[in-house]
Amino acid sequence: MPWNLLKYGLSRKRHGPAYFPPQPELKPAYDVVIIGAGGHGLAAAYYLARDWGINNIAVLEKGYLGGGNTARNTTIIRANYLTPEGVAFYKESVELWRELDRELDINLMYSERGHLTLAHSDGAIRTARWRAEVNKHLGVDSQLVFPDDIARICPQLNLSPSVRYPILGALYHPPGAIARHDAVAWGYGREACRQGVEIHQLTEVEDVLTAGGHVTGVKTNRGVIHAGKVLQAVAASSTLLADMAGFRLPIQTVPLQACVTEPLKPILDPIIVSGSLHVYLSQSARGEFVMGGSTDPYALYSTRTSLDFKEGLAAHVLELLPMLAEVPIMREWAGMADMTPDFSPVMGRTPVENYYIDAGWGTWGFKATPVCGKRMAECVASDTQPDLLHPFRLSRIDELDFVGERGAASVGH
Amino acid sequence: MKIMNCPLNGPRNITEFICGGEVREMPDPATSSDGAWVDYLFMENNKAGVIYEWWCHVPTTYWFVARRDTRTEEIIETLTVADFSGAAATGGQS
Ligand SMILES: Cc1cc2nc3c(=O)[nH]c(=O)nc-3n(C[C@H](O)[C@H](O)[C@H](O)COP(=O)(O)OP(=O)(O)OC[C@H]3O[C@@H](n4cnc5c(N)ncnc54)[C@H](O)[C@@H]3O)c2cc1C
Repeated sequence: MPWNLLKYGLSRKRHGPAYFPPQPELKPAYDVVIIGAGGHGLAAAYYLARDWGINNIAVLEKGYLGGGNTARNTTIIRANYLTPEGVAFYKESVELWRELDRELDINLMYSERGHLTLAHSDGAIRTARWRAEVNKHLGVDSQLVFPDDIARICPQLNLSPSVRYPILGALYHPPGAIARHDAVAWGYGREACRQGVEIHQLTEVEDVLTAGGHVTGVKTNRGVIHAGKVLQAVAASSTLLADMAGFRLPIQTVPLQACVTEPLKPILDPIIVSGSLHVYLSQSARGEFVMGGSTDPYALYSTRTSLDFKEGLAAHVLELLPMLAEVPIMREWAGMADMTPDFSPVMGRTPVENYYIDAGWGTWGFKATPVCGKRMAECVASDTQPDLLHPFRLSRIDELDFVGERGAASVGH
Repeated sequence: MKIMNCPLNGPRNITEFICGGEVREMPDPATSSDGAWVDYLFMENNKAGVIYEWWCHVPTTYWFVARRDTRTEEIIETLTVADFSGAAATGGQS
């Protein structure tokens, strides 16, 4: 009925309530101001209200809700990291993911597909074995598998030994999953609003106001807002905000590109990752192959895309899945990844009292959205660093106490 | 394809180069505090704006300095190390 659809679109009548309630006027003061309405900021608002009874909260977003890296990522969710600190943290996130649709009353299309990290060299086999052992020790389902098993798990893969980088084995992680990223932001946002949280879009923080070493509020393009506590969760802009607050970060902002093919019938179940070939891909619920690669080779605050990226990615994908040779790429885009030297986040308290940070999420932070929200809420409400976040404190850099996760990053960077 | 103008080899495809990071003054390891040294190694200015950066033309292993805008990706100029040091000495470094 295209005619009826047009009439419905032009009329002001809507079936059902608006997804988000209309937002009230910006108030001059809040108990907590959260900078950035990505998945992380919205999740923190939700858990602050749910678990800590704090609902006098404003989430300030310079653009639109979920329009940062949350809307740009390839949605791979997994817990098969390398360090015990990392595995424990991401494991809690996976446990939260499994309950999340019901909890937020929204279809996140959370889909456990199994996750194969392919190894094409002895070194990569060694890392896979290491990760499998650490994972098993902490109760995360992971194992090293060899081409016979891989052929059963994913018969679509080209397992021929006569390619440039033959597949020697893989780390197999059955709980590996994908989800609908926008729904994560909308779900957390809507449920936070239901508990009294306000989300103010087109509201950019231009300065962080401090007095005597603690934060008093923020200056925005819509005026000054006073705040008892402030949390920054701004991914690509982390350093810009930390500069305003007055402390330094070990973060560099680097573009990360991705693309999708036209939709095909379901032909690929597991998520495929190859560090040596700089590829990760999965088939979405809509049938598109969602594909990404390494970060760009230099720092940039821009979401432009490049031909170099697509050429390199396509060549490598075709080595793994030659059947995709005739499939057109439909869309491409980029996000800006906040990269840290040890591939672990920076979370928790900062040198400024009452000012908290959730940053350094680079190319791997979507999967952590629920656990970050939950644990940052704990950190902000109690003004203490939760045990689970202790390894990721900012001061680890000064103490040279790194949490090296480069070996568990999806692709070599 | 993005072109970078190498002071030694002229205009080349940017894929022939690697970026060596922002030009920053190295503290003297013998006298620097641990904090200053850690800052030099791991902290980043990560400025959104014009910066000076180390670049290397890989096939000729030739290192030089580029002035680049990290918001627009514009390469404003490339300098030999000698020219860059001269410019820095006369206060040209922004
Ligand atoms: C191409 C790509 C693929 C990825 N793939 C994966 C993956 O497969 N799995 C995975 O786990 N992770 C992945 N990631 C990483 C993941 O997307 C991010 O780590 C995560 O989404 C970060 O969420 P966030 O809420 O912290 O940040 P964002 O979603 O970026 O939200 C930050 C928000 O802050 C706002 N903001 C910034 N400055 C200000 C200001 N001054 N005032 C007000 N608001 C401001 C921004 O507009 C933005 O909306 C990928 C990233 C990219 C780019």
